[in-house]
Amino acid sequence: MLTKNAAGVAARKRLSMTVNGRAVEIEIDIRESLLDVLRDRLQFTGVKQGCSVGECGACTVLLDGTPVNSCIYLAAWAHGKTVTTIEGIAQDGKLSPVQEAFVEEGAIQCGFCTPGLVLSTTAMVESGHTYTHDEVRRELSGHLCRCTGYQKIVEAAERALRDAESAVDESPV
Amino acid sequence: MDHKVVGKSAQRLDAVAKVTGRAKYTDDFFERGMLVGKVLRSPHAHALVTRIDASKAKALPGVVAVLTPQDLPQIKFATAGHPWSLDPGHRDVEDRLILTDKARFVGDAIAAVVAEDLLTADKALHLIEVEYEVLPHVLTAEDAMKEGAPVLHENRPGNIVSSFGVQFGDVEAEFQAADQVFEGDYETSIVQHCHIESMSAFAFVDTDGRIVVNSSTQIPHIVRRIVAQALGLPWGRVKVIKPFIGGGFGNKQDVVVEPLTAAMSLAAGGRPVRYCMNREEVFIDTRTRHGMKLHLKTAVSNEGVLKGIHVQVLSNTGAYASHGHSIAMSAGGKFRPLYDFRAIKYEPKTVYTNLPVAGAMRGYGTPQIFFALESHLDDIARKLEMDPIELRQKNLIKVGHMDPLTKNVVRSFGIPECIAKGMELIHWDEKKKAHQQQTGPRRRGLGMACFAYASGTHPVALELAGARIVMNQDGSVTLQVGATEIGQGSDTVFAQITAETLGIPVDMVHVVTTQDTDITPFDSGAYASRQTFVTGIAVRKAALEVRQKALEVATRRTGLPPAEMDIRDCMIVEASLGRAVCSLGDVAMDSYYDRILAAPITSDTSANVRINAMSYGVTFVEVEVDMETGKVEVTELWNVHDSGTIINPKLAEGQVHGGVSMSLGAALLEQMLFDPHTGKPLNNNFLDYKLPTILDTPKINAAFVETFDAAGTFGSKSLGECPTISPAPAVRNAVLDATGVAFHKIPLYPQVVFEKFREVGLLAERSVEHV
Amino acid sequence: MFDICELHEPETLQEAKRIFHDNPDLKVIAGGTDVLIRMQHGSLAGAGLLSLRNIRELEEIRMLGDGTLSIGAMASFTKIFQDDLVQKHVPVLSEAAVSMGGPQVRNVATIGGNLCNGAVSADSASTLFALDALLKLENLEGERIIPMGDFYAGPGKVNLGPGELLVSILIPREGYEGMGGRYIKYAMRKAMDIATLGVAVVCKVRDNRFAELRIGLGVAAPVPIRCFEAEAYAKGREITLECVQEIARLAVKPSRPRTSWRASKDYREHLIEVLAQRAVAEAVKRAGGCCAH
Repeated sequence: MLTKNAAGVAARKRLSMTVNGRAVEIEIDIRESLLDVLRDRLQFTGVKQGCSVGECGACTVLLDGTPVNSCIYLAAWAHGKTVTTIEGIAQDGKLSPVQEAFVEEGAIQCGFCTPGLVLSTTAMVESGHTYTHDEVRRELSGHLCRCTGYQKIVEAAERALRDAESAVDESPV
Repeated sequence: MDHKVVGKSAQRLDAVAKVTGRAKYTDDFFERGMLVGKVLRSPHAHALVTRIDASKAKALPGVVAVLTPQDLPQIKFATAGHPWSLDPGHRDVEDRLILTDKARFVGDAIAAVVAEDLLTADKALHLIEVEYEVLPHVLTAEDAMKEGAPVLHENRPGNIVSSFGVQFGDVEAEFQAADQVFEGDYETSIVQHCHIESMSAFAFVDTDGRIVVNSSTQIPHIVRRIVAQALGLPWGRVKVIKPFIGGGFGNKQDVVVEPLTAAMSLAAGGRPVRYCMNREEVFIDTRTRHGMKLHLKTAVSNEGVLKGIHVQVLSNTGAYASHGHSIAMSAGGKFRPLYDFRAIKYEPKTVYTNLPVAGAMRGYGTPQIFFALESHLDDIARKLEMDPIELRQKNLIKVGHMDPLTKNVVRSFGIPECIAKGMELIHWDEKKKAHQQQTGPRRRGLGMACFAYASGTHPVALELAGARIVMNQDGSVTLQVGATEIGQGSDTVFAQITAETLGIPVDMVHVVTTQDTDITPFDSGAYASRQTFVTGIAVRKAALEVRQKALEVATRRTGLPPAEMDIRDCMIVEASLGRAVCSLGDVAMDSYYDRILAAPITSDTSANVRINAMSYGVTFVEVEVDMETGKVEVTELWNVHDSGTIINPKLAEGQVHGGVSMSLGAALLEQMLFDPHTGKPLNNNFLDYKLPTILDTPKINAAFVETFDAAGTFGSKSLGECPTISPAPAVRNAVLDATGVAFHKIPLYPQVVFEKFREVGLLAERSVEHV
Repeated sequence: MFDICELHEPETLQEAKRIFHDNPDLKVIAGGTDVLIRMQHGSLAGAGLLSLRNIRELEEIRMLGDGTLSIGAMASFTKIFQDDLVQKHVPVLSEAAVSMGGPQVRNVATIGGNLCNGAVSADSASTLFALDALLKLENLEGERIIPMGDFYAGPGKVNLGPGELLVSILIPREGYEGMGGRYIKYAMRKAMDIATLGVAVVCKVRDNRFAELRIGLGVAAPVPIRCFEAEAYAKGREITLECVQEIARLAVKPSRPRTSWRASKDYREHLIEVLAQRAVAEAVKRAGGCCAH
């Protein structure tokens, strides 16, 4: 498939994707990043822009459940994919267990890195895998935070993973 | 004291907004037809613009306006976020224009474009033709002060912003009389705040012809003044709104993008224009922490009694003054109320160079001076063959100490207990024994360092804070403050102070977190660790006033005099009996709807706080040094703080964690680097500027010794900046303990450690120690 | 917004080769974590992009009949790190893969992109070099298979002919079988950093002698290099501390590090010796040997 931008006119592409559980059909400019489309077109402003070059992790979204930096991901590539932003995590006004853990542990300060970190933690919880302390830290190592020294973030992530594990243990077979 | 709310870890008020992504920051607001701004920056460290032609840029479709220096008012203004001073002699240095035709650092703003989109703006920047006459440049303070050095600002021919200093006692006499005199040189590098949200603002002209600036700032009321000053407008013509902000750390205690953004909107006929810096711009054209060189000379008795100290400081402020000399002066004021010197001579020089502009950053000069002093004390202790902790303990001031210069009195002094607690927590004595006689490629060491800090700026500057409380019909209250929530949790602390005072739960205090200079009470904002201490006093005052008014209304129902009543758990009670007599809700309804006496219960007050309280603390740290690669790792760390009463332990811990990690970054990794030949930044991005990641950050332990300071609300003192001060020297001292090598400059970057190990013979010319 | 003039998104390799043949000026984009960053910084303005992201056949990791491990050029670093075949047969490559960038970058960055951008710091390159990996390149005219050593032409330059795409990385059985390995990424940070030095070692141990030893270095010269003299020295030698030290000393010989603001030549040379020794010692251990006194 070729989309071409002739004589300064921005080439467009029809994009079908699912964002936070809802089908989205939108005509995008091929020059746009996924971040541009999510923020500027769809107004998912919980997706934060911190560096634009994949070095801070603030713009992290889940793409088919996997964390990616939306600033260095072409919007065109999201065609046919499922995108989850921070706005899609709480359901019916109820915080997810990961969000609860971040609130309870005091893992939030200025809040700018928070959406990305909640999403990366959510990806871990939803993977169903177990993670050691070092693996939790490794999986969160693509996020820069200047406020918290990461202390309570790790505690929140581990709490969320622990809670998810015990929820599985307690669920009827 | 028995508190219901104060001292408890109330959940931060904005937690849900932030964890759901619903908290709106400056870039999250959209206006129809919003334009974007971009800046053309000088490629030269020092140059005159001899010709500028924007005609091609203006002709590019999609470009709405191009601004050059000639298009803007030629009013020099100061950018530092300080309260205005009625005394012209106390004002910040007015040395800045919105755009300049004399570039003073690589990245200085020469011209700007307003366009429909960023790609068009970028293209337009390339179409602006600029010719420069390149001038010689200087990057170090020493070079800038040399005879014949290029002059940055015509009215400062020697490039010295100020060399004002202070002294007391006779330091020369102390040196003459002393058993021993020690000297040392210490240096800190230029580092940056690295808030994850960029520096960003948008502006438009509203239907009343006023300029509305939305900005990611710590100081909305000051932004209003400075935007008006820079544009030559009446101050009331400017309105500033501060929504949620993604970190500031002092960088946003300065006016950086707002005057230009306002000018962009004016140039675009008042249309909304957003100017959001990219990360590379944030590194070069916001603010940095002053790199300082400090020479310390200390008179000491053989028993280790510190007699006098002479401190000489060279503070590199970069191309414009910004906070300028205030930072070096602040540094000089903080160590005095810690060690009992009989004589101090403090000689700082703040110097212009062709580097990015240094300004306020968490700690405000104090991390630099304590790096020098606490390193120096360990060096002295080694030479005296004395335990470094004992040396410090021997020289601490006592409660009641009055600073001879500021006249601030130390009313609470928890540092002896902090030291004792820290030693115990890290198992100092056991570890010391265990570390003896290490010879392997990995060696451990222990270090500690103390600090002192103030609560706000009194008596140097005005400390005015405003608070407004309105009681709603249900007995809940709405609180407005001009102090800004920037992530530290101040809104939550104010809610706790209000709730405690009014006898209501925290969730019945609604804090308006957005500041709007049209609506918000006057307050100078978030800096100097002032808000809990200074604004807390205003909030407490407003809450007491509301409480009194509520009790007066209750009198009409109960017949009891106000003094006989109290508010507990939203009920008016007869204080002596603890008997509930009516609900606060009933009182509130009376205040709104009583046909004869209705008068809503409100307070709109302010506090001019003319007192200060010193906060203290200590870092204890264990490090492991890789003797072959020069890498230093922190293996255990405790920060023990005396910040008076801790109003919210969980938020307080968060402050400690963040502050410590910032100091560890400066100790081990972070530094802004420049090409010595061109002054060009080498690492102005998050890949090359080594902000610690989660994997580079050790477990940080926070502990508190809670003293009670009568000056602060519920006995509280400052905390926000405190944790950023002592970790770096503690790490340096631990490396000294581990290796016997005294480092005099941070960061202890592996390359530097390697070179030093070579120099002192710990590493032979390419040979490897046994594994 | 990126300054892109056109975007091709073929779904098969054949289609991609055809487009590239017809439009040799296109910039190939794989994971985008390098190309898009460069565009963000103002490079490649107005480029047309040939995106390989929709070509699923290029993501496969599989074992060929002759025991060659074939890794598709579009396999992401996360996929390589987690892949069962990689973990079983070339765990050192898994170790190298997880050292690259941060998780979000590893989730999209591809091994093919990492090699083709020619960066000397590429975490996969030194390891693949040590593993004697081969690269399979194809264009519309045909295919060729070249060793790693022939691929790198200089800093940021690789030997890709007109219309040619890197299709897969082949690690022959002799490259990995029975080998213990260790990759040390020496960087200033433990995540999201580029290597100051990368040292990849694989070795085979028999009767506590080096049956084989291969050392690849990244950031030690303008291109990733092998330490052939050190490798030859090791062959057949008894594994002792002194032997490992000598290997490490010899490993410095082919290096040509330069002084930059990131690190000095002197320091890098020192690091090569220190880290080669550590990496060899660990690789020996993993290969079942021991290098104690």
